[in-house]
Amino acid sequence: MTYVLEAKGIVRRYGHVEALRGCNFNVSPGEVTALIGDNGAGKSTLVRILSGAEQPDDGEIFVDGNVVRTESPSDARDLGIETVFQDLALCPHLNAVQNMYLGREVPRKGILGKFGFLDYEVMRKGSEDAFRDLGATVRSLTSNTGSMSGGQRQSIAVARSAAWATKVLFFDEPTAALGVVQKKNVLNLVRRVRDKGIGIVFISHSMPEVLEISDRVQVMRRGITIADYKTSQTNLEELVGAMTGRLDDLSN
Amino acid sequence: MSMFTNTNGDPKSDFGILAEEKESLFKSLPKTQTFQIVSVLFIITAIFSAIAPSTFFTLFNFRNIIINISVFAVLGVGMTFVIITAGIDLSVGSVLVFSSVIAVKAIIAMGSKGWGATFVGIFVALVVASAWGALNGWLVSIAKVPAFIVTLGSLSAALGVSQIITGGIDLRGATPELVDKIGFGNIYKQIPVLGVIAVVIVILGGILLHKTKFGLLTYAVGSNNEACRRVGINVNRQLILVYALMGFTAGIGGIMSLAMYQQTTIAGQSNTALTVIAGVVIGGTSLFGGYGTIFGTMIGLFIPIVLQTGFIIIGVVPFWQNVVVGVFLVAAVYVDTARRDAADGGGKGLKKRSKRSTS
Repeated sequence: MTYVLEAKGIVRRYGHVEALRGCNFNVSPGEVTALIGDNGAGKSTLVRILSGAEQPDDGEIFVDGNVVRTESPSDARDLGIETVFQDLALCPHLNAVQNMYLGREVPRKGILGKFGFLDYEVMRKGSEDAFRDLGATVRSLTSNTGSMSGGQRQSIAVARSAAWATKVLFFDEPTAALGVVQKKNVLNLVRRVRDKGIGIVFISHSMPEVLEISDRVQVMRRGITIADYKTSQTNLEELVGAMTGRLDDLSN
Repeated sequence: MSMFTNTNGDPKSDFGILAEEKESLFKSLPKTQTFQIVSVLFIITAIFSAIAPSTFFTLFNFRNIIINISVFAVLGVGMTFVIITAGIDLSVGSVLVFSSVIAVKAIIAMGSKGWGATFVGIFVALVVASAWGALNGWLVSIAKVPAFIVTLGSLSAALGVSQIITGGIDLRGATPELVDKIGFGNIYKQIPVLGVIAVVIVILGGILLHKTKFGLLTYAVGSNNEACRRVGINVNRQLILVYALMGFTAGIGGIMSLAMYQQTTIAGQSNTALTVIAGVVIGGTSLFGGYGTIFGTMIGLFIPIVLQTGFIIIGVVPFWQNVVVGVFLVAAVYVDTARRDAADGGGKGLKKRSKRSTS
């Protein structure tokens, strides 16, 4: 099976610091790939590069086996790669529908559309479908998202990214700010998106969560991926060992 | 598990789009404050009408109020957009002066008469004012200088350039067409042309803000510009266009004041920006960005003008108007802030929460 997204030999330097030193990474469709690593291991840099926010100094990125260049987040989005950010990234004064279609507003048909009038009917239906698809809990499509709970806002953010992602969806610590129930909801959302056949990258510091949700775990340390486990064949001990480098010491 | 409760017993509504409200965001959001501010205007009008029914509540007086307010109303449209992006434009008065100075120069060059010269003057005023606005927007968005400082600089510079061009003496030379047909003209009986221009601009501005993508992006950028950048909205472009729109309305204002006073008003616009900003803020537009309405701005602008006119008519020293407007302004921002604190277990609660968690 070809990977839906694959990175080979990614190098990224900040001045004299090599944040990524020939990093490899891959994502299969319909699978949750957890990306873990200690602070400073290079996770964020890798995600920023794969989502187009930064350019690598060296290395290649493949989507469905074809080399791609993503010069901006828009390029990545055009390729079907979306990111759910840690800090939500919704506009609190806009409602669920407006947030759902933020940056992708649907113009009305005909001359009114040329003048910038929007087709809220189409956007409302699209949002309803997207929320229903994911079983997302959105109480109102018309009240502003700033007045909603953190869980509801996260649902909207996930639903938005999931609705537009056709290949890969990055979750950057999606549960960091959430309570127990909302965490569960988000993990359910992740599973539903995965079941649509989208490749999921799940970045988290919570090992129990990683073990619960992922199919595969790739571990980063000092700018490279040093391990790639099947979740069913690994355990907490091993993951933490790989993250902190204890395994190196054992093998040496 | 409150998230999964569903009130209508239909298991399919687990995804929970409940309690669908009929009103759009833009109507429901500022409803309370809009209502309050309309009530205030209504009460003020009623009081003056009761005290001086024969003079205040007359067609002539209302015509005066309309003419007084028309320039501010046009500027208020642009200012509402700017403040919704969490920006500010202190330079409107100077840009207005600058555009009218350039317009008169063009009109004089064209011989100071005829519709041809008039239209060239109007065109030139709109272009230079829009350009100045776009420059403000460029400095705010791309050069990342705070809007307050950019427009404070423009306030000084645009006035200075106008003074250099004119030597500090107001230019006469507006065409008779501009003065007679537009400045003193009536569309029909006692309905002034200037008022009609203002109403048209206000309606177009309202449609642009509340009904179009441009308006939606204006709210979005003011609400969370980082979120906008992440979804690929060109935030800088939007800001430049919003400030250019502000400049455009200042250009219209420049022509209107030229038509009204038959000359430029170099020394007369130092308070214009503050009057307009006060109107916008009293009208409920949030200085923190993300919301506001054109309608609110209009009500917010009417209050000072009605007070001024009313005080003159009932014989109170009109300087009281300044005191009352000042109080209104602070009260309006207080209400806005208090409401944000009260209403937000949500959006801003998030900020508070993250602050707490990091400490």
